[in-house]
Amino acid sequence: MSERLAEQLALLPNYLSHHIALTLTALAIGIIICLPLAALVTRVKALQWPVMTIASILQTIPGIAMLALMVPLLGQIGALPALIALVLYSMLPMIRNTVTGILDIDSSLTEAARGSGMTSMQILRLVELPLAAPVIIAGIRTSAVWIVGTATLATPVGATSLGNYIFSGLQTQNYTAVIVGSASAAALAIILDQFIHLIEYAASQRKKTLAIGTSVGLLLLALLGMSPLYERYNSNTGAERIVIGAKTFTEQYVLSEMMSEILTDAGFEIEVRSGMGSTILFEALTNNEVDCYVDYSGTIWANYMQRKSVPKGDTVLVELTKWLMDQHQVLCLGALGFENTYALAIPREFAENNKIVSVSDLSSYSRNMKMGSDYEFFGRPEWVSLRDTYRLNFTDLVSMDHSLMYAAINEDAVNVIAAYSTDGSIAAFDLVTLTDPQQALPPYDATLLLSPRASSNQRLIEALNVIIGKITAEEMRSANKAVDLDNRSVSESAKQLRRAIFSQ
Amino acid sequence: MINLKNISKSYDDEATFAVDSIDLEIKSGELLALVGESGCGKTTTLKMINRLIEPSAGSIEIDGENILALDPVTLRRRIGYVFQEIGLFPHMTVAENISITPRLLGWSAERMHSRVTELLQMVELNPDGLRNRFPRELSGGQQQRIGVARALAVAPSVMLMDEPFGALDPLTRSGLQKELTRLHKLMSMTIILVTHDMSEALTLADRIAVMEKGKIVRLDTPANILQNPGHPYAQRLLETPVNQMNALTKLLQQSESADSQ
Repeated sequence: MSERLAEQLALLPNYLSHHIALTLTALAIGIIICLPLAALVTRVKALQWPVMTIASILQTIPGIAMLALMVPLLGQIGALPALIALVLYSMLPMIRNTVTGILDIDSSLTEAARGSGMTSMQILRLVELPLAAPVIIAGIRTSAVWIVGTATLATPVGATSLGNYIFSGLQTQNYTAVIVGSASAAALAIILDQFIHLIEYAASQRKKTLAIGTSVGLLLLALLGMSPLYERYNSNTGAERIVIGAKTFTEQYVLSEMMSEILTDAGFEIEVRSGMGSTILFEALTNNEVDCYVDYSGTIWANYMQRKSVPKGDTVLVELTKWLMDQHQVLCLGALGFENTYALAIPREFAENNKIVSVSDLSSYSRNMKMGSDYEFFGRPEWVSLRDTYRLNFTDLVSMDHSLMYAAINEDAVNVIAAYSTDGSIAAFDLVTLTDPQQALPPYDATLLLSPRASSNQRLIEALNVIIGKITAEEMRSANKAVDLDNRSVSESAKQLRRAIFSQ
Repeated sequence: MINLKNISKSYDDEATFAVDSIDLEIKSGELLALVGESGCGKTTTLKMINRLIEPSAGSIEIDGENILALDPVTLRRRIGYVFQEIGLFPHMTVAENISITPRLLGWSAERMHSRVTELLQMVELNPDGLRNRFPRELSGGQQQRIGVARALAVAPSVMLMDEPFGALDPLTRSGLQKELTRLHKLMSMTIILVTHDMSEALTLADRIAVMEKGKIVRLDTPANILQNPGHPYAQRLLETPVNQMNALTKLLQQSESADSQ
């Protein structure tokens, strides 16, 4: 077995156990809500239209949006918003199949049931549910498969799942991780589906032993799959538990992994919640759901503080430190030393042929160019500032995954991208970054933020202080490049970065 | 005794009446046939007696008790009900189908078991061979016998039958008709039988109520109705069986005379 695969499989017990716990809980809650609701709908005809319509509308909301929406609605991240989103998302097949299954029963059977003196509940229990069972179970199976699949999207809202493999794998170009994550999710879906199918078969054939055996088997398998969770929660080592957050790109994975190693060595128990969106992560920090993460001064300045003007020099860092403490009791421990700014990057050849050095030089060419960026950039105030300052007027703006931008510009699908200045790929793809003479973009110093709760933790502050001001842009770029281009794992790159810092 | 007093049923807020203020008294132990063509209101009348349909106006009494004041579920457990579609539960065995009402009433397993045996014998089916079979494994005639057995399970004093033999082939039907006469005598039940088949009504019923457009237009014994239809609609209903009888008689005479030659 290759080292890469072994490294990924070592993560499986943790991810899989969370995934099983999340999906089975969602499925169980879904069944408990949907079956009675659907039965009620068959009794109260007036409910049919509204219930089915609401369930259908919920279904049309893309899974990832549904999950993300739960975070502001509930004001927290993690398993709860994921669970609620999954339950809502899974309702339609169960409700629709139950209602259809019951309403499709031959009316002579319900008439016979009423004529025999059954109450409405007895008709449901003795006649309608057993007869509609195959259709109802088919709905549960559909929901089960959907839930298992959609639960992989719980990673960005801070719930650990098999999606951690997929999100981090896509960001860090680690396709082994993507494949392990996808294959595990698919296998889980198939196993769950077949177990439910077998229970239904056994019930319909009145094979009591088989039905009980299968149910017990499913239960045991679920408990076995979730066993790492108990170990985790029962292994009270007395160590303090610290949650490290990370956004969705390589640098963040590397930094969170490095902090995790440093803090583990310092005797903390660490959980890393990676693959989270900027705003969600900041909210989680202010709510003490995440204890620390690395954010960038420009992002804080423009997005959280919503400042339009871009001051010079160190003012930004001083002001944001004050603002974070005053507004959110968040401690900015300091800058890590390097800057990771948004920078427009174009192919070197094009830049040299047309003598383009700055964004100002680009503005007259922009009419014939397409621009690509990550998911966030075009929605951020910095883009508006940049666009208006230099009168940029691109023919098309394309949002895509950050890790795919370089392939896109390499294939001429876009002509200019909003790169991160620490991306190892800038040099590798022979791009040049353009200067920003008008300072339309704020500085993006990487800063380490601590939650209100963590701000008073002296031991934690001490342990983390060792990285403040220690990471140069060159070191960060080389760590990112190791992952993005040299096929190194995040953990290897993090170790390498840690060695580089401490050898100084 | 069942007493329908001024019973009406309208499905469209009293614009039209499916059953239009009928009065009907059915004696205990009587087999009364409700006869008429589709849409005359006979099934609606029948189903109001076990309140599968609620009357719009009027009152119904069984042995002096106002059934509209009873819990419909309790009422239905006391009244046998057999209908053309039979409605055997496909996921239940013959025994489970037959003992459905006893089960609802909380009978013990042994009591239900022996009752099923008794009932299967009563409808002339083999208890050991059939009790654990599923409805789909039975013929149409066997299924309707099970339907009758199910209706008889708690030995009700009243049985409602809605075209019970309508979907059966003629031989099976006449077998079951004979069976019904026998059971009726055996169990001294009050039976109300809805049928559109006048010959069935004539052969089985103690009295016949002819219904047209929601009203009872003629109510008498089969013999009296045969002698004197008394209403043009009753007359029309009689034409088919009488014509058939005449044709058969003629045929019989011809073949007899042919034999004697």
